[in-house]
Amino acid sequence: MSGFFGADLEVINVGIPAFADNIRASGAPAVNLEWRPPGDGDPDVARALATLINRESVEAGNQTAFARYRGAQPVLEGVAAAGETVPGMGERTILHSGPPIDWTRMCGPVRGAIVGAVLYESWAADAARADALIESGEVVLEPCHQHGAVGPMAGIISPSMPVWIVTNTAHGNKAYSNLNEGLGKVLRFGANSPEVLDRLRWMGTVLGPALARMLEQMGGLELKPLMAQALHMGDEIHNRNAAASSLLFRRLMPAALKSGIAHEELEAVTDFITGNDHFFLNISMAACKSMLDAASGVAGSSLVTAMARNGVEFGIRLSGCGDRWFTTAAPVVDGLYFAGYSTADAAPDLGDSSITETAGVGGFAMAAAPAIVQFVGGSPDDAISSTNEMTHITLGRNEAFTLPPLDFVGTPAGIDARKVVDTGITPVINTGIAHREPGVGQIGAGITRAPLACFTQAVVSLAESLEADSSPGGD
Amino acid sequence: MVKVSKVFHNLYRDSVSLMQVSAALADRPGVAQASAVMASASNIDLLRESGLLDGDAGGEHGASDLLIVVEGEADVVESALADAESLLTRESQAHSGSGPTPIAPRSIEMGLHELPGANLALISTPGEYAAAEARKALNLGLNVMLFSDNVTLADEIALKRLAADRDLMVMGPDCGTAIVDGAPLGFANVVRRGAIGAVAASGTGLQQVTCLIDRSGKGISQALGTGGRDLKTEVGGATMLRGLQALARDPATEVIVLVSKPPAEQVATRILEQAADIPKPVVVNFLGTALQDRPAEAVYLAQTLEDAAAAAVALVDGDEPRPAGDSVTPNEPAIDTLIAELASTQRYVRGLFTGGTFCYEALLLLSKTLGPVYSNTPLDAKYALSDLWRSEAHTLVDLGDDAFTRGRAHPMIDPTLRNERIVSEADDPGVAVILLDLVLGHGAHDDPAEQLAASINAARDKAARDGRAIAFVASVCGTGADPQGLEGQESALREAGVVLTVSNAAAARAAARIAAREKQVYT
Repeated sequence: MSGFFGADLEVINVGIPAFADNIRASGAPAVNLEWRPPGDGDPDVARALATLINRESVEAGNQTAFARYRGAQPVLEGVAAAGETVPGMGERTILHSGPPIDWTRMCGPVRGAIVGAVLYESWAADAARADALIESGEVVLEPCHQHGAVGPMAGIISPSMPVWIVTNTAHGNKAYSNLNEGLGKVLRFGANSPEVLDRLRWMGTVLGPALARMLEQMGGLELKPLMAQALHMGDEIHNRNAAASSLLFRRLMPAALKSGIAHEELEAVTDFITGNDHFFLNISMAACKSMLDAASGVAGSSLVTAMARNGVEFGIRLSGCGDRWFTTAAPVVDGLYFAGYSTADAAPDLGDSSITETAGVGGFAMAAAPAIVQFVGGSPDDAISSTNEMTHITLGRNEAFTLPPLDFVGTPAGIDARKVVDTGITPVINTGIAHREPGVGQIGAGITRAPLACFTQAVVSLAESLEADSSPGGD
Repeated sequence: MVKVSKVFHNLYRDSVSLMQVSAALADRPGVAQASAVMASASNIDLLRESGLLDGDAGGEHGASDLLIVVEGEADVVESALADAESLLTRESQAHSGSGPTPIAPRSIEMGLHELPGANLALISTPGEYAAAEARKALNLGLNVMLFSDNVTLADEIALKRLAADRDLMVMGPDCGTAIVDGAPLGFANVVRRGAIGAVAASGTGLQQVTCLIDRSGKGISQALGTGGRDLKTEVGGATMLRGLQALARDPATEVIVLVSKPPAEQVATRILEQAADIPKPVVVNFLGTALQDRPAEAVYLAQTLEDAAAAAVALVDGDEPRPAGDSVTPNEPAIDTLIAELASTQRYVRGLFTGGTFCYEALLLLSKTLGPVYSNTPLDAKYALSDLWRSEAHTLVDLGDDAFTRGRAHPMIDPTLRNERIVSEADDPGVAVILLDLVLGHGAHDDPAEQLAASINAARDKAARDGRAIAFVASVCGTGADPQGLEGQESALREAGVVLTVSNAAAARAAARIAAREKQVYT
């Protein structure tokens, strides 16, 4: 202990870089920030943010929320028809991905998928009548997230579709996701042709009940160990689920054989599961959703509890702001495209699957998935840099999900909206790219970033609510 | 347009690598479409649908074979296929072996991660963001030096309150210079370390005092800035009071100097009261105030920056300071010669300053001896210049004022504006003396004397063509250890025929004498 401020002078330099050089030349340590105006250069955002930095109520809220997220224990409990198990699901309710949006503003793939769901439910005889029914307002369209559910791409869940049920046994909350249809012409990319509907019907009548029996036989499946193991086998459990799907299959099959499923059905079920490298994705998403729902609704917390896209808007939710969405236009993904397609054909970013990044896997666990590093620049070092970058916007690490290339540290987890706005580092998201027209399907994949505008709105809103609470007359 | 294809048997590449190859091929001039895929049945269907594949092009293939199809102009498709092969088989070039790239810190929090022992944030962002950065720093337990200007008074008050709550210090806003534990912060001079601590509400005032102390062979323990508004009633001298307390506790500090332009009366009283309570000698220079009553034996009142430095130097040696205002202008026989050369029309002093406090101090001294002095920052609003760009009668201009720096660098950094004005003043037959300051130190121009001397010579030549001789008087505020070097800068000006004094106050007095034609009395 010496010096003027009770310790030797050490400086953080914010602004003119030469000042740091002069300080260092005199022998005192100095760090020069690569400073840029926070919050896209809006001074009001910068002010709001400043009031939240190291604020007691926010720190306390985040500690609670992050502990709940980390303590969550997602268990795959079963499969049931959405209408029987998803809370708040009315007779004519269809759930979609992303933040709330009116039918008239929805993107092509989501409209196509909703029409498909109406046909699948036999609420209308053909696409034109389905359109008319939806426009009449007879069908309630609501976000999956509003019902504890998540779905990739269009994220369509209608009452008779089977859904995975994941229970967080630590806190008792449940999360749901639909079953993955595989690639090609599928509902989640907006296709609604007879082959798509036939597949959905088979999934509803054969696959779903078969899976339900297997899980009953197994007595539930702890998901965190399986996800952790998959991360050690090259998955990031968003854009790569090859290992997790294999691990799941290894657990399901013995149970399937014991559960007395007819051989013919089992053969079809086996073909279906083994033919889809992304079969586990929807389970990964429901697990992530259950962990984040456990962390939501903590006063003062700036933890991000959802990031989701509806093909028109990108939205996020904050633990301390309840169910409120903070939205902005969804970006078009500048990724790698299949032959014959380009960004001009792409629908803007779509789907609830970014719940994986929100929970610290997916793009945040890129270091675990060397097989798909081409998305982030081509080398495993780029993947590690990408994961490391996310440590600057997260509250901590999830030790349940360790990363071998980083000496088994946990994945960076718990996005702190304050840090996103303060650093300008936006969450990285691995994503598939849908064609803007319904039914064409996936046309590419790549990396995108959550738009900063969602986080600046969230930060301003949190700051306002805390100011209101602490002002005279407030609580 | 032609389509060609090629099958690589039993060659597996992941779909992302293949999409990269496809994209690289499609980007080539003359190629319309290209696709590299594993030849699974579903991929083949996709290629057929997209029209890229007709019939069984490429021969036999199966799901473990890699198929490349290129459509384009006849002379480019074959070479594209050949390149595709090298793309597929090349060694990984992306891996440089240099490891993951670390990311430079972007926020104060990230900075703290890198430098966990940090105890000060030096903030020089654009003003509209500066208060927010300062608040973050305080919230994270850091002291703050706010170099930025354009911070509102309300923000300044709020930040200083927050700092007081957390037992921290906010220097600024608009605090241009400070020296803490020997480290130069902002635009500071490289001064010797020693036993004199200073707190100043004026940047150039602080530089003048510390440089003069350095010239006297003494040194500085700490030199703290408060920002120019700290001694206003609304702010209440918050930072000067904290600085005073801190220097009182600082074991390295034996003598304290306080510098400010005229403070609010109540604030001045409060500061003097606190100064009186400190068991160390305190030298107070509140420029432009006629304080007479010393609140305590150990509180000394100085009229000029030069006096303040001299008093501190005397006190640190255990001597009693000379009475204020008694400093003597160096014996400069050249002044008599200059007076002799003046034409009868040459009556006026024109001061062109880069330091605001230097301009202010010269205004105080000149108006005492010469009467009304015009300025962009006049003592009396009556004598505000009607046109900033044209001097009248006696005029002193602060070229560092906002009116001149909008959209350009400060004249300490970019002296162009002042150099031009020196030459244009020479056109005025009324000009007797041009009075200048020159500030050295970190952040100032690399070699300001060189260009200043050139402008002085140009002005002198211009006047000479009209048969006039103009006197040039200047002081250099700097030290031998400054990056520019005091000696070299002074000798460049001396070679240009400039009368040099050690302090700004002395320069102002010399200029007044020349304009008033007061010859030196030799004894």
